[in-house]
Amino acid sequence: MSLLATLIAQTDEATAAGLGTVAKLITALGRGLALGSIYALLALSFVLVFKATQAVNFAQGAIALVGTWFLSMLLVNWRIPARWLGDDLARNRYLVWVLALVAAMAMSIALGLIIERSIIRPMIGEPLFAIAVLTLGLEAVLRTVGNDALIGQQRGLRIPWGRTGFEFEGAFLYWTYIGAIVTAAAAFVATFLFFRTRTGIAMRAVAFDQEASMAQGIRVGRVFAIAWGAGAALAVLGAIFFSMSPFGNGVAETGLTSLAFRALPAVILGGLDSVPGALIGGLAIGLAEVFAGVYLAESTGTLGVGYQLVVPYLVMLLVLFVRPYGLFGTEEIRRV
Amino acid sequence: MWGRPNLYTSYRAETSLLPTWTQRVAMAMFVAIMVLLPFDLPVINQLPFVRFLGDQDWLRIVTQAVIFGIAALGLNLLTGVAGQVSLGHAFFMGVGAYSAVYLGGSPGSGTWGHELPMWIWLPGAGLCAALVGMIVAPAAVRVRGLYLGIATVGLVFIGIHLSRIFPEISGPSETGRSWPGLELRLWKEEDPLVSFADSGHWLWFDIGGGQKTYLVCLLLLTVTVLVSKNLIRSRTGRALQAIRDRDIAAEVMGVPETKYKLIAFGISSFLAGIAGALFASFIGQLPPESWDLLLSVEFIAIILIGGAGTVAGTLMGTFFVVMMPRFMEEAARWMSEQSESGGPAGTFWDSVVSRGDDFGVVATTDIARGFALPTNSLDSLIYGALVIVFLLFEPLGLYGIWLKIRNYWKGWPFTY
Repeated sequence: MSLLATLIAQTDEATAAGLGTVAKLITALGRGLALGSIYALLALSFVLVFKATQAVNFAQGAIALVGTWFLSMLLVNWRIPARWLGDDLARNRYLVWVLALVAAMAMSIALGLIIERSIIRPMIGEPLFAIAVLTLGLEAVLRTVGNDALIGQQRGLRIPWGRTGFEFEGAFLYWTYIGAIVTAAAAFVATFLFFRTRTGIAMRAVAFDQEASMAQGIRVGRVFAIAWGAGAALAVLGAIFFSMSPFGNGVAETGLTSLAFRALPAVILGGLDSVPGALIGGLAIGLAEVFAGVYLAESTGTLGVGYQLVVPYLVMLLVLFVRPYGLFGTEEIRRV
Repeated sequence: MWGRPNLYTSYRAETSLLPTWTQRVAMAMFVAIMVLLPFDLPVINQLPFVRFLGDQDWLRIVTQAVIFGIAALGLNLLTGVAGQVSLGHAFFMGVGAYSAVYLGGSPGSGTWGHELPMWIWLPGAGLCAALVGMIVAPAAVRVRGLYLGIATVGLVFIGIHLSRIFPEISGPSETGRSWPGLELRLWKEEDPLVSFADSGHWLWFDIGGGQKTYLVCLLLLTVTVLVSKNLIRSRTGRALQAIRDRDIAAEVMGVPETKYKLIAFGISSFLAGIAGALFASFIGQLPPESWDLLLSVEFIAIILIGGAGTVAGTLMGTFFVVMMPRFMEEAARWMSEQSESGGPAGTFWDSVVSRGDDFGVVATTDIARGFALPTNSLDSLIYGALVIVFLLFEPLGLYGIWLKIRNYWKGWPFTY
């Protein structure tokens, strides 16, 4: 955490120093939107899982860590897409990377499905708190395994476009920013479209009332599986973009488990069960974090190194006081 | 009453702490063993399971478990009895520890401290933490359930950041500053009346520093146990349980929600503060990162593995979770000794233990490659897995297992 904090603080200070007003604003906007999109992806994964299974999955970050490890193994150690494509096609870095990404996401979806079937399904009907704590236990297990797999190694992610970017109005924007924003936009559009399909409507029904929807012939188990699979895939996507962007180190690293805890304010801000809330909460938290980092960089001495990492939590606490169920969360109807 | 243990003739008898003679005798024996445990007494050190506890080396772990027991009982009151999910227990422990070091620590270059005696800094730590807890409590009336749990995660991160901003209180960020020792003084005189950390002479016995520290912590834990046991069976405890089970119904029946949540948060963070101050003073020097989310999760795991809402279960869970890493270490050492002994058993253990690059599950080195896990990873793996297993199969935790065993013998030869 502290290493991450120092890293982020350095990037923000470097961004803020010696830029014109417009360039500074554009840099901050680019960084903020990119980080916000990453948070939004993770928030969406939280929201989908919560909507379907009423579980806050604290293990989302650990699943994401394992997913980035899958990607790195596929690209570097097993060379799976490259080996099968033949020499000519394997020279196309973009193709290899995208295929490996798809494979890694498929593997994480499988992981999510296994988790759902083996330990979440038997917990149906238990208190929400018990399920949340269960995922904390799962987080400990996955984090330990992930740490052990990653320890003492530089697991590169072989980003095809590397650390390149373009100049815009004097501000430097990385391609990864654009990638993260586009991916998040695509994910949210896909989710909105998904909720119009038959399965999507089934998921909304399950979110509303599990028993009643089961009585209507909806296969609740399948809805659970879809939510957990999609949740795992989205979390991995978010983590991959995070580690590729200047926020991360371009490698799969153990610090990624904390990413889920950094995305929690976004989830709470938007409301635990609201898809638009995940988008708005993610962007708001990302922008708040980056703008605080860029514009308050002079007062780092008073605020302390890595203060921008605390900004999301402060925003979250303030919003919770005003709106206890987040901005768009469904208020729980309390009955005796 | 002899022979009819479940016959109660008055409400007083039914709610008494130890209703039957069997329980009284068992409790007296248990307390005697706990008190005599650190001494190398001829009978105690022959007992099969507690023999190793007379060891000074083990005594440190047991003392830590006793200190954590105080904090765990605090969280049990809040989460187990009052049903308020809190992942911020580490934050309250940190508040207690830093209040203690501010009140009792010695001022140095760039650090603040007032060198007050222990009878001020220890309750002071509890009171400061309780105050902060009561500031947080009104939020629990507004923010409910999982939202509250996640909001308290925010507290932990904000707390760590605050302690990093104020090196005057927390000391250098890598090492932390040194906490005042466990010494009893009247005021700021040179020589303490009693120093719990030094070896010395009490009554007729020679007694080591570790043993004294253990006994003081055990005394505090006993007080905490009595307080929480009595609180649970009193009006306050019943009100808290009513809020846990159905908050609106409780309010309708005339239980003021805000007041009791305030009480729950206050007592819980008071105990957390005391435990935090004791723990920091016991360890001596701690960086701000010690009060992180993992510590909070550890306490949640403790009350879940032990059995939420029960005092005995919480204590079982504490000893289990705190001492497990040590057991793992010992087990790994034993396995690697066995693997060197040769023979069929040696071959078997050799396939389990890994020394660097060969195949195995348990690594004897700190950093392992391949499938092998070093013991410190193994214990976090096992404790995560235990949380999952207990929640899936035994929601009442260790206490539930104990209940099952007890009821089996109670009803024997019938099954119920």
